[in-house]
Amino acid sequence: MVLECKHVWDYISEFLDDSLPPGTKELVQRHLENCEICSAILDSTRNILVLTADDRVFELPAGYSERLHARLARELHGEHNRPDKPTRD
Amino acid sequence: MSSADAKPPERDEAQMIAAILAGDRELYHRLIQPYELSVYRMALSFMKDETEAEDVAQEAFLKAFRDLANFRGEARFSTWLISIALNEARRRLRRQSTVRMESLDEPPEEGGKVSPALLSDWREIPSEALERREVRALLQQAIGQLSPIYREVLVLRDIEELSVAETAGALAISVSSVKVRLHRARIMLQKELAPKLKLVNPKKRRWFSWY
Repeated sequence: MVLECKHVWDYISEFLDDSLPPGTKELVQRHLENCEICSAILDSTRNILVLTADDRVFELPAGYSERLHARLARELHGEHNRPDKPTRD
Repeated sequence: MSSADAKPPERDEAQMIAAILAGDRELYHRLIQPYELSVYRMALSFMKDETEAEDVAQEAFLKAFRDLANFRGEARFSTWLISIALNEARRRLRRQSTVRMESLDEPPEEGGKVSPALLSDWREIPSEALERREVRALLQQAIGQLSPIYREVLVLRDIEELSVAETAGALAISVSSVKVRLHRARIMLQKELAPKLKLVNPKKRRWFSWY
């Protein structure tokens, strides 16, 4: 059985996750070896996902950690339970 | 995908949680430290505004603290935290949905096929390219443009690096829905980004310092 390009595209995500059944995986692999377009699609998708997962894409704003821990400290010390501090959700 | 795990192997989170619940509340600061970025990222990918994302993240960490006794240890602590952040982000978006165009209740499986951008070759873009603001902005925009049902799956699976099963659990959808949505989300990202990234990919020599 020979796969057409558009069928290979349906398998790209699972191919990247290595979750295709062995037979299908082999068919996709064989197609990729002979198809520049499909292998460029696979490589670019993989590359884009690696870039997307990089910590540099979404960086923490300056002072985020300090503000977070300051707010947590107030909670941890039970400030929210004080009667003079109305609790709200 | 590569998994850059920030937490040192000797951390025993179950023990830390038990100690916090037994009264060592200060330990909570240390417990959450490795997850400050991932919770914020989760929030930012939904809120699209840094201030609001920070607020969601803070709220998620507070909720997790108040709810710590209910953490059963069936999921990883990080997964549990991220689900709390996700729910907090969704709750706020729902509240704002009257002023927003995008709906959180789209039909779960939109029909139609998603096709990738066709390329005849691909030159690897090194992660150093992310030092450039325009490259980071391209990625942020592309993720932001995905509709929520695709964005949440992509963020959980490919950015927060949850497994398919964990993603399904966090979103309360089936494993097969995760796979379908993830596939579409990844192809949509490729379609949007591959042509643009190809243009910003500089000539090789620019990556070296002898010029």
